[in-house]
This record gives sequence, structure tokens and C-alpha cells, in this order.
Amino acid sequence: MTKLQNAIVGGVRAVLGHVPASWLPGGTPDPLIDKRVALGRQQSRVDGPDKVRGAAQFAAEVPMDDLLYAAFVHSTIARGNIADLDVSAAEAAPGVALVMTYRNTPKLGVPPTVGLTNLKAAGNHTLPIMQDPEIRWNGQVVAVVLAETREQADHAATLVRVRYASAPARTRFEEGKNSAYTPESILVERNRLDKGDARRKLAEAAFKVDAVYKTPWENHNPIEPHAATIVWRDGKLIVHDATQMINATAGSLAKVFGLKADEVHVSSPYVGGGFGAKAMWDHQILGAAAAKLAGRPVRVTLSRASMHRLVGGRMRTEQRVALGADAEGRLKALLHHGYGVKPRHSVCDEGFSLTGRSLYASESFDVVQHYVDLDLLANSFMRGPGETPGTFAIECAMDELAHALGMDPIELRRRNAATRDAVSGAPHSQNAMMEAYDLGAARIGWSRRTAEPGSRREGEWLIGMGCASGTFPFTRMPGTSARITIDGNGDAHVASAAHEMGMGTATVQRQHAADRLGLPLDRVTVTIGDSSLPFASFAGGSSQTASLAAAVSAASGKLAVQLMRLAGNDTPLAGLKPSEVEFADGGLRSVDDPARHESFTSILRRAGRSELSAIGESGAPLEILKFSMHSTSAIFCELRVSDVTGEIRVDRLVGAFDCGRILNAKTAASQFKGGMIMGLGMALTEETLLDERTGRIMSTSLADYHVPVHLDVPDIDVLWTDIPDPRAPLGARGIGEIGTTGVAAAIANAVFNATGKRLRDLPLTLDKLI
Amino acid sequence: MRTFEYIRAADRADAVARARRGARFLGGGTNIVDLLRQNVEQASELVDVSRLDGAIRQSDGGGLLIDASVRNAALAAHPLVRRRYPVLSRALLAGASAQIRNMATVGGNILQRTRCMYFYDVEGARCNKRQPGTGCDALDGFNRYHAILGASDQCVATHPSDMCVALAMLDALIHLSGPDGKRSIRLTDFHVLPNASPHIETVLKPGELITGVELPPPSDAVTHSEYRKVRDRSSYAFALISVAGGLALTDGRVTEARIALGGVAARPWRAARAEAALIGVAPTEEAFLAAIREELADAQPLSGNAFKIVLVERTVVALLAALAGAHQ
Ligand SMILES: Cc1cc2nc3c(=O)[nH]c(=O)nc-3n(C[C@H](O)[C@H](O)[C@H](O)COP(=O)(O)OP(=O)(O)OC[C@H]3O[C@@H](n4cnc5c(N)ncnc54)[C@H](O)[C@@H]3O)c2cc1C
Ligand code: SF4
Repeated sequence: MTKLQNAIVGGVRAVLGHVPASWLPGGTPDPLIDKRVALGRQQSRVDGPDKVRGAAQFAAEVPMDDLLYAAFVHSTIARGNIADLDVSAAEAAPGVALVMTYRNTPKLGVPPTVGLTNLKAAGNHTLPIMQDPEIRWNGQVVAVVLAETREQADHAATLVRVRYASAPARTRFEEGKNSAYTPESILVERNRLDKGDARRKLAEAAFKVDAVYKTPWENHNPIEPHAATIVWRDGKLIVHDATQMINATAGSLAKVFGLKADEVHVSSPYVGGGFGAKAMWDHQILGAAAAKLAGRPVRVTLSRASMHRLVGGRMRTEQRVALGADAEGRLKALLHHGYGVKPRHSVCDEGFSLTGRSLYASESFDVVQHYVDLDLLANSFMRGPGETPGTFAIECAMDELAHALGMDPIELRRRNAATRDAVSGAPHSQNAMMEAYDLGAARIGWSRRTAEPGSRREGEWLIGMGCASGTFPFTRMPGTSARITIDGNGDAHVASAAHEMGMGTATVQRQHAADRLGLPLDRVTVTIGDSSLPFASFAGGSSQTASLAAAVSAASGKLAVQLMRLAGNDTPLAGLKPSEVEFADGGLRSVDDPARHESFTSILRRAGRSELSAIGESGAPLEILKFSMHSTSAIFCELRVSDVTGEIRVDRLVGAFDCGRILNAKTAASQFKGGMIMGLGMALTEETLLDERTGRIMSTSLADYHVPVHLDVPDIDVLWTDIPDPRAPLGARGIGEIGTTGVAAAIANAVFNATGKRLRDLPLTLDKLI
Repeated sequence: MRTFEYIRAADRADAVARARRGARFLGGGTNIVDLLRQNVEQASELVDVSRLDGAIRQSDGGGLLIDASVRNAALAAHPLVRRRYPVLSRALLAGASAQIRNMATVGGNILQRTRCMYFYDVEGARCNKRQPGTGCDALDGFNRYHAILGASDQCVATHPSDMCVALAMLDALIHLSGPDGKRSIRLTDFHVLPNASPHIETVLKPGELITGVELPPPSDAVTHSEYRKVRDRSSYAFALISVAGGLALTDGRVTEARIALGGVAARPWRAARAEAALIGVAPTEEAFLAAIREELADAQPLSGNAFKIVLVERTVVALLAALAGAHQ
């Protein structure tokens, strides 16, 4: 991101500083913050029964005649050229229909890159895709084999002979640090922050900590591998995809293949886990190109290994955090410097250095992050990007500071809790992180903790407790729209090209629409997951619920206007303005005189209409530039460490969340717990093993890439403050990613409390403890 | 994956005859099928031996006879095993997952191959075990899981089985049937160290079938035994190291010690030196530590696994101390 962007964002912020808050989105708080019937209740997911019965059709299951199956051949060097390529054996293998290499791949444009400025862009990297013999990372696709069965394709792929001419590759992190680059901005923030002479204040501080924290490369491992069933029909490209970026994928594929926007159709009603992974990578593009070349539909289902080689993950980071405090524990200085791997061809920022800017009211800041450019697969977003590695560093450092001060770690946070944005001075829309701490501390029994490390023991097991803050910014995507249709029975149907990766998108919007329209739940349906539906932006940044809620709310407003117009003069509502009516009991009624009511059916029947639709859009999220809006959490952990083997067993995790109002206790609890389990994986087991000699990922199976198993996952308690955010639709901020943040720090802090050993290098494997 | 013939063996003789003509045995398939799919191994014919007799019965000498096709889960759950050889039951249950144990057979478990990542990476890595003479990428690469004992500069891989560690500790005998007839061999002599030819992993001759495993009657130290596996997550991970240990005491002195180690070598490692050092001594932590140090005197850590030496020492000491404590 550029200096220009910094200037624009800075300018808008400055202007908004003078705009009255009441003019901005949320200026009049959403009435559904309090008026809730279906919202806030426990609701099972509407997609649940179909998934349990196996009736939900995923991208790799869409039936299609004449289908060919794709297998990929990946490069085994990181940089260089294909010197020799022999596909004759593969072509001659049974069932093979096509072997596609750079020699016969159609000309493909580079997809527009994902970002906030172009909602129809999904590209994760800027490299040409199989257009030339050049190799740019170890694992890049060098050939696509299409065959009548998956097994035949896999076999033929082993017969493709490639000889490479290697060139020197940059694959080593330590060496890459020497030539790291420093971007102007990280997401929408200016990268360098230098406020209040932090270096001097650190030097003069009565208490300080200064340490380096490391987080490894992590790969995505959703249970459903990436998959797409692709067909060209009458010049149009139809992709049944597993994606959290329906429209961005459609828009990008249109650009890549030189098609008009309406010539690409992407459908993705169910996604078996996204977490940032289910985006557009090379496989959809290559699958579509091969389908075009073969003149037959193609199914791509990535193997676990192909997933690891083609789908980027969380970048490796190395972060120095230095904190200076006075004797009362008040932060005088916060320094956060670091390196992360972001190849030049990658477009995804891992903004770990943003974490410390919003959490605490330090007197001064010195923050900047640098990127290491390596010849590797582009990194990408992974649940809680930025804040997940960022909270590990900041929150471990806070724990170290508390220890140095001899102060309870919660008390240290209380003394430094920000009352407004510590950097910009912007007011919080709502923030009750310390209430979350109180809730969580009570639940886990924090008072049982002994401050002295290593002072609790049961047999060979040392017992400890730790806590940490989590944080994730609120975002609302512009351009998300939804259509509400009222049918002749007076039932409502909501439609939007939004995404269901298992988190309950349709379920919660159904609750929302029911309350918004004054209908019982069973009279509302929600349809999502297809690019033919009203435009929605991607599901990312924990923004989908808020964006969609804003769109549904806007659509309902338009619907009320249209209904009033239709109702005309022969209605009990005659003479009222749209602002004087509200939705209730399956129709509209006067706000002042509830007896004046007319049902949807009656209005439609009288007007001779079978149905009525309105589309609403979410609008620009100006509130986030005026207010400091963050979900926050307090994470607690109790664990045991064997003093024989160094094994860690987490006995309890408690997450207390301050995310505005909770819309559905059941789906929210699942989001929080799932996020916390990912945090647990980051803390204890997950690590992509990159062989730096070759730039090759070695941990390409679930046997070698360790995600936590059931036995690693303890009882998890989740709680929430449920305090509404008046600036957010429905009073609710995002909850999808915050669960992951803070967990690794809470665990590492508990390990310190248990053993007196301070581990700053994830994952916390036992060899680091013995 | 290449296409192959699948044939269910009519009986042992049929299986052996087919194997002599080049067929590969199929047990539960939990290892060989992965290896075929990944093109690490190739086969044109698989002969399924998992449905041959699968009995567990007492032997004439008071030991236990276990057919090779007995599933890992069934063996772990068998009352005689649980009562008389609890260490075997525990070792089995510490391995893999419930689903895999339901499929995996005793014969297949013994012959499962290393989990070295370079061994599996057919396209991208050099591996002497997979392709003799190409080199060993693990030597200077990821070798956290690799051997500290008995390795060579040609290969530093470990044998990944948990069950075999218990079998080694139990003095198990393996019964074989081949083109040249039947023979039996101690499990501890069955797997061979890599030396210059790491692709040769056992003394099995072409066409030879494992028909069963025999356990001698449990000695005092077997009755007082325990298995402890140390790994990177609580379940469903291979051992970094594991220990099967048993102790017999008389009048405050060790009269019998049995120690086998997993995750340290290309075969389950019977710690004979340590066992010998313990005979006649008082069961103290110092004595246990001195004994295991003797065993590890020749240990050669690699760039990524020096921690295994300490880990073995501590785990052995803790395990034996607990056994000694239970005796008292
Ligand atoms: C994800 C995963 C995790 C695992 N974790 C563990 C673990 O933690 N601990 C552990 O110990 N194991 C673990 N395993 C390995 C598992 O124990 C083995 O895969 C299993 O024991 C092999 O048995 P099988 O019957 O399926 O063998 P197969 O795969 O059928 O065969 C393996 C080999 O044995 C040969 N063979 C089979 N039967 C005979 C016979 N009767 N005579 C001669 N040769 C024969 C086959 O030809 C083949 O070469 C794991 C496996 C997986 C996939
Ligand atoms: S350790 Fe053995 S199995 Fe692993 S790469 Fe080296 S030779 Fe191959």
C-alpha cells in the first residue's frame, strides 16, 4: 500500500473528525439492539440438518456429465526454469484427456488483487500462472493432468518428467531480514508510528521488558480441501466453488479470461471451513483453463499436499516488543518492531504491529514492521491475521512486565486500559475489555492463581494459570447488498451472494430479518451463496454479519416505503409517513397507534401484487474512521507441564468476549470456541516445516502438520459482556476471528506461571521446556 | 496410484506362493496403501492376508500366541493381554487412532515403515531408503523425530511402531512362513540397523509371511511394567520417544529389569546395557539414571534431536521410579 493511500485515509479521518457523530452510520442506534425476539436466542443452524444427512452438496460433489478430474504436478525447486519437459508418458497413460503445461496453457491475465478498493478482485499474488517456463516458488504448478478418474489423473501426474535449471533462490528467513523492505502502510494504517519519543521514555522507565517473540508459518487446514467443479457453457464460465469470495472470484475470473462480468457464474452454497483459505488461488484458474482447452467440465479437488503448496497461510514473524512503565505500572513507552515474510508477489498484509496501537494507553509509541521478501508461496490471511501473532508478542510482554513489577497481570491491564484510541484519540464506540476480564477471572477462579512461578505442583505436573487480552478491529464492508421479497402469503425471503462457511450466516440473518420485519422465524427464508444473487463482498475480516445486517436493514427501510406507496389510501395506515410506521405482526403498523395495522398479504392483495421486493446496500463504513471500534476479549488458561517430559496439557480455557451484542448464543459460542481451538493449535502444535535449503514445505500432510486433536482440547468456557455497540448494526461487532487472538499468549503466560520458563517461540513444543 | 490386482489369500500357502511371484501382502492397508498412493512403493498385486486366521490363544509353554492378522484394537482389548501383558495393551492404545487400530494388523504393524518426511517426498527429496544411493536429506534437514542410536550416515530414520517397543521388551518371537518353510526369530533381531543399506529394514526373505507373534510367559518384571510415550500432541502422533519398562525387586534389590525404547533407532531398542547395569542394585533414581546413561553412551544426536537424550533419561528414570514405588 502506498503513500497516496495514507494521505487519503488520513484526509478522510481528518474530515470525519469534524462531522457530528449523529450524521454517520449508527448515528441513530439500531432499534433492534434492544427490541429482540428471535435475535439473541439460541438457534440451531438452518444448514445443520442437511449437513448431518449428507444432503448438503459441496463443490466437489456437484454432479456433472462428462466430467474430467484434475491432478497437479508441482515444481520441486524454488527458483529457476523448466529446462526439459516430457509429458508423453503422462499423455499415453490410461484415461488421460489432457496434459496442460506452460506450452499449451491459454493466455491468462493476472487476476486483480484482493483489497478493500475493488470488491470484485480476489487475486492473492501477482505472478503469471503457467504462462512461461519460469519457476518462482517450490510447489508452483508446472502441469495439470486431466483424466477420466481422479486415480488416473493422479497416476499420470507422476509420469510427467520435468528437469529444472535451478537459479539461486532466497528461502532463508535470517538472510532475508538483511534486505527486508518497509511498506508505507499496513492495511489502511500508516506503517510507521512514532509518537511521544518512545525510545527516550523506554530508556528512562523505572520498569521495562524488551524481548523478541517468534511465530511460525502456519498452513490452512480446513476439513474440506479446496475444490471446484468447473464448466464452460455457451461461452460462459460456471464455477461451483468452495469459496468465501464469490463475487471477487467471479470478477477475477472474468478478468483472467477476458469475459464480461455476467459471463462468469460462481456458486458456493456450502463451504467446509474457510478461515481465510477459501479464496481464489491458482487451482480455479488452472481448472477453468484446462476445462476450456479440453472442452469438457473439470473437477479440481486439491490433495492436502497440493493445498499446502498452493494456498498461502499465516506468515512467519519475529517481533521485538519493548515496554517501559513507571512504578505504578503505567505504560510510558511501547515499542513494537518486527519482521514478517511477505514476498513481493504477495498482496496480503499480516498487520501484527497494529495490535499494540489500540489495546493500551501508552504515553508513547514506536511501531513499525518490515517484510522479508522470499521466493515462497504468497502468504495469506488466516483467522485473525495480524492480531493473532501480534497479541502473542504484546500480551506475553505485558505478562513479563507484570512479573517484573510484581503486579497481578489483570491489574496491569486495568491500569493501562485505553479509554479512547491511544494513538488517534478517536473515541471508542464501545469498549468493556476490563468487564470481560472480570467475567473471565471469576469463571476460571483467578484468585486460585499463585503469583510465584513453579509454586503449584501435583506429582510431576507443575500447574499454572495465565491470561491475555485478545482484540480484533470492527469492519463493515461497503457494497454488500440484500434483497427482501415479501410473497403473497406475507412470508419474507432474503437473498444475497453471501457466504456460509459453517458459521451460521443464513441462520443469524433469518433471525435478524424476522425481528426486522415483525415476522416469526418460520416465515422467513434466507438464500445465499451464489453470484446470481444481489452482490455481496467477501466474507473476511469478521465483517459479514455486520455488512449483511446493514444491507438487510436498508432493504427493509425501502420495503416499508414501497409498501406504504402500495397501500395507498384505503388502509388503516393512510396518511402516515414511512417514518411513522414500523414492522409488526406480519405487516406495518403506526408507531404511535398500534391499533392501526395492515398485514403484508392485505396490502399486496389489494394492490393486485403477488410479491414485492426491495434491495438495500450496506453503505460506506465511515463509522470506523471516526470511532475506534474493536472487539476485545480476556482469555484465561489453566494448564499442567510435566517436569519429566515437558509435555503441556491444557486443562481449561475461558474466553470472555466484549463484541457488542450476541445475536445467537449457539453459533457465537461455536465461533468463539473454534477460534480458541485454533489459538490453542498455534500455541502448542502448529508449524509449517519449511526446508530452507530448498524452499520446500515438508509438512504437507495432517500427520506432519499437527492440528490439535480432541484430547488436546480442554473444557472451553465462553462468556460475553453482551453490551451493545451503538455504532454497529444490531449493536453487534464481529466475532469470527477474535477467538483466535490472545490464546497463544494466555497459554505461554500460564506455562511461565507453572514453570518459571518464559517461552517466546511458538509452538511451545516439549523440547523447548526440558 | 497405479492400478493393481487385489486378491484375498485363500490360505497362508497361497499368500506365500503369490508373494514369491512378486505380490505384496496387504494387512489393514493403513500404511501400504498410503505408500502406494504417494508412489513411495509400487505393487502390481496385493494379496490380502488380513482375513486369514486371527486368533489369540495360550501357547503350550504358558505364553501367548497371536496370529499376524489380529487387529491392533482386538489385541489391545484381549483379556489375556490386558491381564498378563498390560504393557502391550498400553503401547497399542498409545498408537495411531481408534479407526486405524481397528484396521491395522499385527503383521502390518511390525512392518510399517518410517515416517521420515523425506522418505515420503518422492518428487522433492533425496532418500537412500527409498532410492538407494541418492543421499539423505534428513541428515541436515528436519530430523527432530530421527534416531540417536544405531544410525548411519546413510540413514537416520526411526521405526515408528509403539507395539513393537512393547514386543521387544517382552522378548517376543516372530513366526514366519516362507517358500523355504517356517522359522522363528526374536523381534529384537528382526529389524536391522541401516548401515550402508537403509532400504533393507528386516531379515525377512522374499515371499516370507509373518504368521504370528509368540510371547513367553510373563516374568515378574513383565507383570510390573508400564509404557510411556512422549509426543507432540496428546494423541494421534508418533512417538518422539517411548519407553516400555518393567522391574522385579527382591529384598530391595533389582532382580530383573526390562527396558525397551521407541523413537530412538531404526528398530525398537532393547536397552540391554541398562538392564544389566541394574541387576543387583538398589532401585534409586540415581541408579536408574546411571544405567540409562550407560545405554546412551554411544548416542549421537542430530542437529534437531539432542533433546531426545535428556528426554529418554528422564522418562526412563520416572517410569522405573514409579514401578519401584509401586513395588513397595
Ligand atoms: C495417521 C497415522 C498415525 C499413526 N500413528 C501411529 C502411532 O502413533 N504409533 C504406531 O505404532 N503406529 C502408528 N501408525 C501406523 C499404524 O500402526 C500402521 O499403519 C499399522 O500398524 C500397519 O498395519 P496394517 O495392517 O494396516 O499394515 P499394512 O499397511 O497392510 O501393511 C504394512 C506392511 O506390512 C506388510 N505386511 C502386512 N501383513 C504382513 C504379514 N502378515 N507378513 C508380512 N508382511 C506383512 C505389507 O506388505 C506392508 O509392507 C499410524 C498410521 C497412520 C496412518
Ligand atoms: S533418514 Fe533415512 S528415510 Fe529419511 S531421508 Fe534419510 S535415508 Fe531417507
